[in-house]
Amino acid sequence: MKRRILIVLAALIVMTGCTDTKKHSRGVYMLLDTSGTYAVELRKAQSIINYLLGVLQPGDTLAVARIDTGSFSEKDIIAKATFDARPSIANNQKRIFQKSIGEFVSSVTSSAYTDISGGVLQAIEYLNEAHPGEKYVLIFSDLKEDLAQGHIRDVPFLLSDFNVIALNVTKLRTDIRDPKQYLERVEAWRTKIEDGSGHWRVINDLERLDNIFSG
Amino acid sequence: MEFANVVTITENPSLILLFWIALTILVLYFARRPFHGAIISLSRIIKNAMRLASAGVLAAEKRLVQRNREVLIATGIEHTERQVEREFGRINASVARDLDTYPTLHRKLSDLIIHLDEDYNASAEVPPSLPTWTPIIESLAKIKPPGDSMVAHMLGEINKTLTEQHTSALEVYRASTAARHTILSRMLPCWRRIEDVLGIVGKSIATLNERAAHVDRYMAAYEKIRAQEDATVRKLSSSSLTQFFVAGLVLAIAFGGALINFNLIALPMSEMVGGASYIGPYKTADVAGLVIILIELTMGLFLMESLRITRLFPIIGSMDDRMRHRMIWITLGMLMALAGVESALAFMRDRIAYDMEALRQSLSGVTEAARASHVIPMVGQMVMGFILPFALAFAAIPLESFIASSRTVLGIVGAGVLRLVAFALRLAGTLSYYCGRFVIAVYDFVIFPALWLEETVTGAWRNRQALQTRTPDTEQSGGTADMDHTLDDTLQYKEQPL
Repeated sequence: MKRRILIVLAALIVMTGCTDTKKHSRGVYMLLDTSGTYAVELRKAQSIINYLLGVLQPGDTLAVARIDTGSFSEKDIIAKATFDARPSIANNQKRIFQKSIGEFVSSVTSSAYTDISGGVLQAIEYLNEAHPGEKYVLIFSDLKEDLAQGHIRDVPFLLSDFNVIALNVTKLRTDIRDPKQYLERVEAWRTKIEDGSGHWRVINDLERLDNIFSG
Repeated sequence: MEFANVVTITENPSLILLFWIALTILVLYFARRPFHGAIISLSRIIKNAMRLASAGVLAAEKRLVQRNREVLIATGIEHTERQVEREFGRINASVARDLDTYPTLHRKLSDLIIHLDEDYNASAEVPPSLPTWTPIIESLAKIKPPGDSMVAHMLGEINKTLTEQHTSALEVYRASTAARHTILSRMLPCWRRIEDVLGIVGKSIATLNERAAHVDRYMAAYEKIRAQEDATVRKLSSSSLTQFFVAGLVLAIAFGGALINFNLIALPMSEMVGGASYIGPYKTADVAGLVIILIELTMGLFLMESLRITRLFPIIGSMDDRMRHRMIWITLGMLMALAGVESALAFMRDRIAYDMEALRQSLSGVTEAARASHVIPMVGQMVMGFILPFALAFAAIPLESFIASSRTVLGIVGAGVLRLVAFALRLAGTLSYYCGRFVIAVYDFVIFPALWLEETVTGAWRNRQALQTRTPDTEQSGGTADMDHTLDDTLQYKEQPL
């Protein structure tokens, strides 16, 4: 009898040990480029965020931050949430999130500089703290970094277990004249991310957003 | 001279090849007997091993068939015993019911018979007859008056008295007869009531007779099973197979029901246990939903056991009636509670689905359309949530049949597999034997020049021997034996029965 009780207790302990929330959750940190002409693309970013709100499940984490002159700052986070385990509460959180983004998009002003690296560093820090099972950093930008005087971003990225996805990488006028510049820019980012042990992808077709998590 | 010089005795490659062939044939010829012996031994070992293994497998198959037969008979006996027991139970109930009412019936019959007896006695009273002197007075009254007024007056008085007496007697008689008729007519409903009572008794007896016929039939079947007749075993086996497939089909339907049930409660369970936690690779909400369904199935199983519909747990069936009734109410209560929970979960599911749909529309930027009435689907889900646990409870019945019949079906399949294995083993043994013979034949074919030479030499030698001894008949037979020694000895060796 004692043996049976011990077996049942052991099974319960094993089952409790297996109850894992973090392992299956996803953490998404989206960076929105608000510099110069790219600010007009933010409506597209809003639809991507809406898509993310639709597919993320209770327990997942989502944060949206802007890329401006100095992006390595919590102040640039527009909205963030770890969705509650209860679907009804998670739905309410999503509604609030959506509202925050809507307000931001309607009132956004262009920034003078583009500090993408700072944003990525902030994303790494945030997601490491949130500790989700899968980590995604989405960069909604043309990937043209333009640092203000005095900003130093030669810090290496530590991106193991991170998926870094560049979305809607638009071609600049100079790129149209010389595509090599565009390719070099994308390649430079790939190298930077992969040097930090991250997985790099580019999704320009916004009709294929399901590739964000299945790719 | 070195070996290398021997083999390079000539530069001609054809000659070298021929030399090597001849050498090989020579070696093979000398190795022929041991090679034949080795091959035959090997093939015989394999064949015997296979035969032994096949015999072992066949013995196991026989044991399995026997065991299967025993199980079938035991199942058949148990089934028939249950039927007989049920019939006896019905007879018992019928007799108890009839015997309960029998004293009343008996009293009613006795009362009616007493009543009839009294009526009979009452109706047996003979009406008062007319006085015996009436004819004398009548004849006196009929005498014509002689003219004497006194006599005439006297006769007239007599006539008058007589007429009055007669009328009075007739009236009494009529009254008495009427009373008898009344009594007799009163007896008629008594007869009818007696007839009805006897009809009831007759019906009870007929029911008992019918039940007795059933019992006789079951007893006959029982006797047949006890006698272990092949036909009965075949019938039981076929019945078992039918049960297996039918129960399997019903279980598949029940599985479908459980799946629908699961889909009804899995989403709302995430509202209760959280949608973000996992047990292994599975969501805790899904596992919780599954556990609820399994608990419902278990409760259904216990309910059916307590009702003595199924007999998977003999300990429940053998409980005393009071405890069993308690268990029935407990399991039924738990099923009711679970059905209520499921119904509430179905309601919650509808609300969550509605909320999610609204959010989805909001996210996709679509203005929320006027939603069609969702009361009917919601009520439908709630009703399904309430009914499905009870429907699943009945899965215990096919489950019992499935388990009981699967034992037989597995036995039959196992016996078939064993037969197949035995056949394969025997086939492999026989094949190995003939392969051995084939290899020997091929070996002999390869060294046929040496064999031909041997045949030629020994033939010539035999002929010379025959001429010398001049006893051709005797020597020829002996010579034949010698000649065949090398080849036929081996063949004889091979042909020995294994």
